[in-house]
Amino acid sequence: MSAAEPVVEGAAVDASAAATEAQRILAICNICGYCNGFCPVFDAARERPAPHRGDLSYLAHLCHACRNCLESCQYAPPHAFGVNVPRTLERLRWLDYADYVWPKPLARLMRAGMVLGSKADFALFLKLFLAMIVPLLMGFWWLPWSQLTQPALGPGGFYRIVPFPLMVCLGVATLGWALLSIGVSLVRFWRAIGGGRPAVRLTWSGLSAVLWDLASLRHLDGGGAGCTDSHSPLAPARRWLHQLLVLGFLCCFAATVVAAFWHHVLERVAPYPIGSLPVVLGLVGGLLMLASALGLWWLRRRTNPLALAPERKGGEISATLWLLAVVLSGLALLVWRGTSAMGLLLLAHLGFVYGFFLLLPASKFVHAGYRLLAVLRLRLEQRNIDADTSRRG
Amino acid sequence: MKGPQVLVVGGGIAGLCAAISARRAGARVLLVESAPRWRRGGNSRHGRNFRFCHDQPSALVPERYQADEFTEDLARATAGTGDAALTRLLIERSRAAPRWLLDSGVALQERNRGTLPFSRKTAFLLGGGQAMVNALYAQAERLGVDVRYGCVANRPCLRGNRLASIELRSSSQSGTSGQSGQSSASGLTGQAAESGGVPGRSSLELPQELVLEPAPEHPPEQAPKLTSETLTPDAVVLACGGAQGNPDWLRQHCGERVEGFINRGTPEAHGKLLIELLAAGAQAVGDPSRLYLVAVDARSPPADGGIVTRIRGMPQGMVVDRDGLRRHDEGADRGSTRYARWGQRLADYPGQIGYLLLDAAALREVPAALYPPLVAPDLQGLARQIGMDAAELERTWLTYNAAMRSSFGDDSLRPDLHSHLELPPHSVFPTDSHRDLHPDGSTHAPLDPPRTGPARALDTPPFAAYPMRPGLTFTYHGLAVDARARVQLSSGEPIANLFAAGTLMAPNLCPQGYLSGLMLTIGQVFGVLAGEEAARHVRG
Repeated sequence: MSAAEPVVEGAAVDASAAATEAQRILAICNICGYCNGFCPVFDAARERPAPHRGDLSYLAHLCHACRNCLESCQYAPPHAFGVNVPRTLERLRWLDYADYVWPKPLARLMRAGMVLGSKADFALFLKLFLAMIVPLLMGFWWLPWSQLTQPALGPGGFYRIVPFPLMVCLGVATLGWALLSIGVSLVRFWRAIGGGRPAVRLTWSGLSAVLWDLASLRHLDGGGAGCTDSHSPLAPARRWLHQLLVLGFLCCFAATVVAAFWHHVLERVAPYPIGSLPVVLGLVGGLLMLASALGLWWLRRRTNPLALAPERKGGEISATLWLLAVVLSGLALLVWRGTSAMGLLLLAHLGFVYGFFLLLPASKFVHAGYRLLAVLRLRLEQRNIDADTSRRG
Repeated sequence: MKGPQVLVVGGGIAGLCAAISARRAGARVLLVESAPRWRRGGNSRHGRNFRFCHDQPSALVPERYQADEFTEDLARATAGTGDAALTRLLIERSRAAPRWLLDSGVALQERNRGTLPFSRKTAFLLGGGQAMVNALYAQAERLGVDVRYGCVANRPCLRGNRLASIELRSSSQSGTSGQSGQSSASGLTGQAAESGGVPGRSSLELPQELVLEPAPEHPPEQAPKLTSETLTPDAVVLACGGAQGNPDWLRQHCGERVEGFINRGTPEAHGKLLIELLAAGAQAVGDPSRLYLVAVDARSPPADGGIVTRIRGMPQGMVVDRDGLRRHDEGADRGSTRYARWGQRLADYPGQIGYLLLDAAALREVPAALYPPLVAPDLQGLARQIGMDAAELERTWLTYNAAMRSSFGDDSLRPDLHSHLELPPHSVFPTDSHRDLHPDGSTHAPLDPPRTGPARALDTPPFAAYPMRPGLTFTYHGLAVDARARVQLSSGEPIANLFAAGTLMAPNLCPQGYLSGLMLTIGQVFGVLAGEEAARHVRG
């Protein structure tokens, strides 16, 4: 029963060691059971006393990382049993992102973040980050300087820099790529977590219950006590910040959709005035994302480091940086669109947006899909149990 | 800080409740906990539920559990040996325990969150005892209770019916550090570096490669610098548990066999203050040779293994001692008290070790256990792994299997035959009719000791064994108190400013036997009471 910490500076995380450690720890949890009021992971683990790889994936993504089970554990390190559920499951989640990702070469990108303190991989991230501003560089190449430094005062100002069809094509292509890649990865995950389990029927009511579970981050409430980034009046802060981030993202997305509607149906051409709906939505969304991303980063610094898998740090930092690049470049474009910096800012913002979509399948943001499917699985299984019980009763 | 008005010794539920209630009543309070911060909370760390009196169902408990029933349960468990007045006090004040804990920041688990064992009589702590302990420390600190870790109180000085002074010894860096380690506490109590209390591992008779790798101990710290000071608080509340972490004391009262015990509770319960106060004239309650023991895996760590080290599958298998002989009916006890029965039995086994033997079929039925069992394709192989005489084990095994086949048939563990559970235990001496009916016509010696069903022959390889030892949970020896939780002198007079709560005085209520969830209730009720009384004494 070694509680040996498998993470060595500069060494990759050993996937099979991580799975073995998860099995060891969950076996202890299954006997103890004190934490099962915090979240559904523990009851689900008891139903899987000899978990295979897919079961472990399911349990790992069902965990919303409230970390209450570490704070409450009578066997937490430095106890001889060394039980650390949040870290162990977080480690599995990151391994899963790489394992299920499609196409396979993305796995390397995903794993790159999981190597501790390695300079080579930091360089890799730097390169990727630079790749995001390739469109900016290409704009430099193609456009005469005089056109690039024009302020976007009148309608169509943006499209003199990047022609409208090109802007839309690149957007659709990169987003389409992201959706395809993540979609395939999630199908693989869904099949893995269902392996060897009774089939579940997807129902609308099941799906709506799941959406509510996710909207309320139900499994991050630590059984009602709040999550432990806290032990303070800040208890609900992480849930709020997370959902504000999501809301901000949705606002920005809505801004794009409204703008497309205005362009095609109302035939109003960007840039739109400050008080217009697309701009307000984009601005609110950007500010929400900016504030909540910084808030989450601040909370993470206050989190007990024991609860976190150290190797996830690279992936988290890069995800935060990508998001901030998109948000800050967008806000900068809005502020300085009337100046001669507009062209450069537009190229930078589009570059970051396209780059963000390109890298999305290899980023931390895929966790949303994994969580959704794990919670869906839980809901459907519970529904099956309820149905069985009522049939018997 | 000025010297504390109330000193609370011990940081489990009793000490925390005492500190919080004394602080709320306006006293300056210092709480000293002998464990390092990461292991704070004593045996309360390992608790999960507490028993309380309630007249109606709630989100916490279904149905009701009234005072009469509580009183009867306790009287039955203790054979009526508890103090009647204190018992009434406990039961009446237990009504307020859930509210008090909730108001102090402790989260309780509602029945609809997570699958709970059915319990009409006890409420569950959300996240268990450690979560409760953490919440109470947070509450105490918010209220301004001064808390010191790695700090041991000893040398109480009695003058007449007053405690005049008491000495504190702490390792200098242990006040805030969460990592100040085990050696500080054991160093303070004068024990050897092994903080585990009962040195159960040394006599473990298993080949070394079969013993699972012992967990890495915490990095050895440099010898902590000890500081000691003499305090003269107005009142002192003792809530520092029993003596299960004191091997010398255990050996003195229970003999050499304690070498074979494993302390599944906190190693911090060293009983020094108890021993010193008894020597100074305090009145003892309980019996120092009585211990609460349950069967635990022999490979468990020497201390603090808590709830997960228990072995529970005796009704599914056969239990033998190290010589391969059966000693008790494995099927006789089915209630939750069976854990304690087996603990007591193992204490009387040679070498304090026994083995739960199972076949492949039984192994699938036993409750999950912490360590994997020893497994071998045949009996000889298993005996070799254990280091047991294979011939003797085989003899026992054959006799047992033959008796099982003749009395229960081959499929007697079928679920529909589990109604056996409701019947009074019956022995499985093969009757004449059985002998006549047995297909191979063989006759069998009567099984001794008998085996109560349902049970079946253990004949599907591979075979498995769990090595078991008595796991010490708490001791039944403490200080007599009055209805204001004041420690009493052997003259019958109370010590005016010395109070006791929790396991240290629990033998007033429960000198033998046990009910699940009772100890946390005793800690909560008498902790709050002692804190209130101590603060009242301070106010004068």
